[in-house]
Amino acid sequence: MGDAGPPCKAHARCYGAPVPQSESLSERVERLQLPFNEYGVDPYGISKKHLKLALEFFAFLYRNYFRVRCTGVQHIPKTGRGMLVGNHSGGVAVDGMMVLTSTLLEMDPPRLAQGMLERFIHKFPVASLWASRTGQFTGLPEHAVRLLEDDRLLMIFPEGARGTAKLYTERYSLVDFGTGFIRLALQTRSPIIPFAFLGGGAAIPTVTNAYALGKLLGVPYVPLTPYLLPLPLPVGLEIHYGPPLVFEGTGDEEDHVIQGYVDQVKASIQRLIEDNRAERHLRRTRRLLP
Amino acid sequence: MRVLIPGISGGIARRLALRLRDSGHQVAGIDIRPWRDAPKGIEVHPVDVRKRAAEDVFRRWKPEAVVHMATVTAFTVPGGERGRINLDGTKALFDHCATHGVKQVLFVGRHTFYGAAPDSPLYHSEDEPPRALEAIPELADLVAADLYAATALWRMPDVTTAVLRLVYTLGTPGTGTLANLLRGKRVPMVLGYDPLFHMLQEEDVVTALQLALEKKVRGIFNVAGPPPVPLSVIIKGTGRTPVPLPSALLSVLMGRAGFPRLSVGATDHLRYPIVVDNKRFLEATGFQATYDEGRILRAYADALPVDRAGHGG
Repeated sequence: MGDAGPPCKAHARCYGAPVPQSESLSERVERLQLPFNEYGVDPYGISKKHLKLALEFFAFLYRNYFRVRCTGVQHIPKTGRGMLVGNHSGGVAVDGMMVLTSTLLEMDPPRLAQGMLERFIHKFPVASLWASRTGQFTGLPEHAVRLLEDDRLLMIFPEGARGTAKLYTERYSLVDFGTGFIRLALQTRSPIIPFAFLGGGAAIPTVTNAYALGKLLGVPYVPLTPYLLPLPLPVGLEIHYGPPLVFEGTGDEEDHVIQGYVDQVKASIQRLIEDNRAERHLRRTRRLLP
Repeated sequence: MRVLIPGISGGIARRLALRLRDSGHQVAGIDIRPWRDAPKGIEVHPVDVRKRAAEDVFRRWKPEAVVHMATVTAFTVPGGERGRINLDGTKALFDHCATHGVKQVLFVGRHTFYGAAPDSPLYHSEDEPPRALEAIPELADLVAADLYAATALWRMPDVTTAVLRLVYTLGTPGTGTLANLLRGKRVPMVLGYDPLFHMLQEEDVVTALQLALEKKVRGIFNVAGPPPVPLSVIIKGTGRTPVPLPSALLSVLMGRAGFPRLSVGATDHLRYPIVVDNKRFLEATGFQATYDEGRILRAYADALPVDRAGHGG
């Protein structure tokens, strides 16, 4: 669980990634195994041009601002379908962005994790365009099934919007998981790769969520921090992928069976959080000591 | 096979008629629009499908199959008349088919039936309900005609009925909704959006219709060509210039300043994609589009360069 692998010597801040850092971001996007047409667009509208621009920005945040520590990418299948299932951490989508960046930067060959977004995202101009062009679609069962049957890599946060609403004091906890992702995994025979995301709660220390303001803006809520705006602080973030979980079934099982599988995934993520949270604490303590 | 094509004077219908004739079928058509130089071997009856004279064509000519292409889009004919053509015409045709022993009917519909919405699935399957009505009430009669045609699947079990929902056609005559949007030098887009558009070259449309007819498919089918591409790619690929405008300003400018005329609700088509899953049709017919997206765009750009298109070419 959470195998770190050997540290990458070529890049001091890269943990567990055997990927040469000399490769340009543009080359990494070119190496994505997606069926791009002559215009650099795949059948879902994912665009090389947009991915390259997004990756320039995300990679800067990943490497220099959040200094993301990522372990266990070897658990993610290099090809074929898979579901990255993890905890929400942070009041805005920093967790999704960094997970997406981790599979693009740390995997060899790079893979694109496609998120299942809240419905409101595509109502907004620019956000809708960039989400679509980078392969992030509304969290509809139709999208998830189609993408998995196309052997894509899905990124799912089963806590949903309630997960991003966690306050600073609840940053390492997990709220209730939905059950749809398990039925989806069974129906499409997809492995679940659990992951823990640490640090988002400290990067965006939410003290309260403004639901009325959110309703006014057309979003579920607006997280408020001690400095009001939910702008992330340069806090070190961690992503830890665990060994794949494969469940047998058709997806038509009774609710209690499905709930049992959900509990196993949840426990696996909780274990990844707790183990790495302890290590994270130890590292910070060591750093402070002379 | 004796094939009757209501709406035969349309661009695609003419090509279909010629293709079917050349494949050994007997072809006739009904249309109030003229087809002056209609070639030998294709009978064109200049009658209204809703009038008694149209039934006489059925009675005398005894078609075995009917390809119903006598519907009009929301933007080409004003409201009341459009409803009468699309709904009353469709009902009259199915009635004639039932009365005069037609064995097979193809209803040629449109993929816009599914509607464009921010929270709808990217790829629409044939089992989805029509959402177009929420945003574009002008499409109501086309949607109703499509649904009415689909009821023939259980109302008229002896007739092999297929409802085909075709994506936008883009071809050299420069007709059709997408071609009209691309007609000018500058093509409007909604600022902050760039939806995917599905398109099919007209020769491939004809091939798809011929296959549906000859394979005697039954049911509802989405018909598409190459994978969809963003509107900005289509605009640039056809040599036009995209002009992103705020939606409020775009609504004001539609039909003015060289921009195409679209209904107000149609701006949703410029925000969100309507893309279809055509797996069912491919499996039923083995259809394979010969024009990929690049070839479609280049062919259109060559046939209608900006200067010519700008002068109504």
